[in-house]
Amino acid sequence: MNRIQTIVEKEWAEVFKNRIVLFTVAFLPILFTALPLIILYTTRGAVSAGDSTDIPPSFAKACGGITPGECLQIFLVNQFMILFMMMPLIIPIAIASYSIVGEKATRSLEPLLATPITTPELLAGKSLAAAVPAILATWLGFVVFVIGVPLVGGGPAIITSILSSVWLTAIFVVGPLMAVMAVNFAIMVSSRVNDPRAAEQISAVVVVPILGLMFGQIAGVIVLNVQLMMLTALVLAIIDVGLIYLGARLFQRETILTKWK
Amino acid sequence: MIHLEKLTKKFGALTAVDSLSLDVGEGEVFGFLGPNGAGKTTTVRMLTSLIGPTGGRATVNGLEIGRDDQAIRQTVGLLTETPGLYDRLSAEHNLTIFARLYGVRDAPGQVQKYLRMLGLWERRQDEAGSFSKGMRQKLALARALLHEPKVLFLDEPTGGLDPEAAKLVRDFIGELKTEGRTIFLCTHNLDEADRLCSRIGIFKTRLITVDTPANLRQKLYGRTVVFHVKQLLPEWVGAVRALPFVRSAEAADSRLVVGLDDPETHNPDILRQLVAAGADVQFVGELRHSLEDIYLQFIEKAGQP
Repeated sequence: MNRIQTIVEKEWAEVFKNRIVLFTVAFLPILFTALPLIILYTTRGAVSAGDSTDIPPSFAKACGGITPGECLQIFLVNQFMILFMMMPLIIPIAIASYSIVGEKATRSLEPLLATPITTPELLAGKSLAAAVPAILATWLGFVVFVIGVPLVGGGPAIITSILSSVWLTAIFVVGPLMAVMAVNFAIMVSSRVNDPRAAEQISAVVVVPILGLMFGQIAGVIVLNVQLMMLTALVLAIIDVGLIYLGARLFQRETILTKWK
Repeated sequence: MIHLEKLTKKFGALTAVDSLSLDVGEGEVFGFLGPNGAGKTTTVRMLTSLIGPTGGRATVNGLEIGRDDQAIRQTVGLLTETPGLYDRLSAEHNLTIFARLYGVRDAPGQVQKYLRMLGLWERRQDEAGSFSKGMRQKLALARALLHEPKVLFLDEPTGGLDPEAAKLVRDFIGELKTEGRTIFLCTHNLDEADRLCSRIGIFKTRLITVDTPANLRQKLYGRTVVFHVKQLLPEWVGAVRALPFVRSAEAADSRLVVGLDDPETHNPDILRQLVAAGADVQFVGELRHSLEDIYLQFIEKAGQP
């Protein structure tokens, strides 16, 4: 455990001195938290005017007895749930990509592998170092968002919506599972490329399914509910176990040491 | 301390290390010499359990590679060819990380000890990336020593260093030698190997020869004595060449270069011969062939079919 902790602390000490990584970790949560609050603030007039709004019928049906204006705000805010689910994907990719490929560039992996640290310990340390900041940033962003909603004029229906089991499952269950998936995928990719930007760009493919979900929701084709969230969580858990196993198998010390130039 | 028995490493069709058998005793400084691409680093990686062998076996400190890998890594120190430091972290932080990975009990104490020993204490808070090449090498050496390993593998410890920095590192290795540590030294610096190593192995995929530098000189060149004579005459050269114990005698300007097996016994005879012939002998000294000459001879022979 001490060796894993040492790796985590080493990664944080090193990676966060990289301005690009620091920018991603700090700026993204601020942006993804501020955007929905700004949207809520700018659309509060629609709520008070009681406008009839163009909301997908499937979503409008789910709104129940609240006003169309409030339903509109909930519909808009729910799009940003996807952003909160993207944070634990994008942030770990930024960290993990520089983490592994950085070792290649500085040739620091060989002395590290020459210590008694085992491959599972090394990968666990690097994974935690990338995933934990992402998860914490997401949760912190969500807390700020929840506190900010009433301050920008969001009604009680919106607060009830964002504290529903759908949102809470997305933030506190699906989010961490996504972070684990992104980290392990990024580690596998960066073991095989030589440039951190290439690693980052290739790893970003994990965001595509979430974007599909986002557009599906905007189009009204998909309505995120608890069942869909739980199914997503289950699928992610299976993927994560598979990726962790595959990542450990693919992290061959000999291949990395002899093929890295 | 280090025992290799037909150790082999192949990468596909390429044989990097071919049936290497060798023993390095406790407290010995063993020089492992060879051209670029000979397989020296591959050998070191196998012995430090970084990569596995294709064939053969080896033990380090009584521990078997392939079976006791984690224990081997705990008990040996490795200075890699490239220092591989964390440039954004301070010297102290670099060492503290490795002290913790090796499970060193008094990590701060050990870090301070080696930073002071290698003259880096004043720069301990500076980023490793700001260090000169020599300082980076010293920091990497400190990293290899933190856990007080009995066996050290040093891969090109003075590679790319200026003479002053190289001397500092070499002197430090000399001190480690006096502490009784077993050192496996890969180097291209033949003068360094000559000064530090008790035995030398010349290697090019296969082990070409292993012996002390003195014996290697003896094997190839025998012993050579130079007589500095004022106005050397050809007949004096012929007279010395005719002596039964002389293998060869050549004139080189005013120097008479004589090859013979036992200078201690026969130098007085040669001196008497020259003086009786009328020569003014100004100096007598033994010619020490450089390790470079020896190394190149062996490598050239190994390259011949």
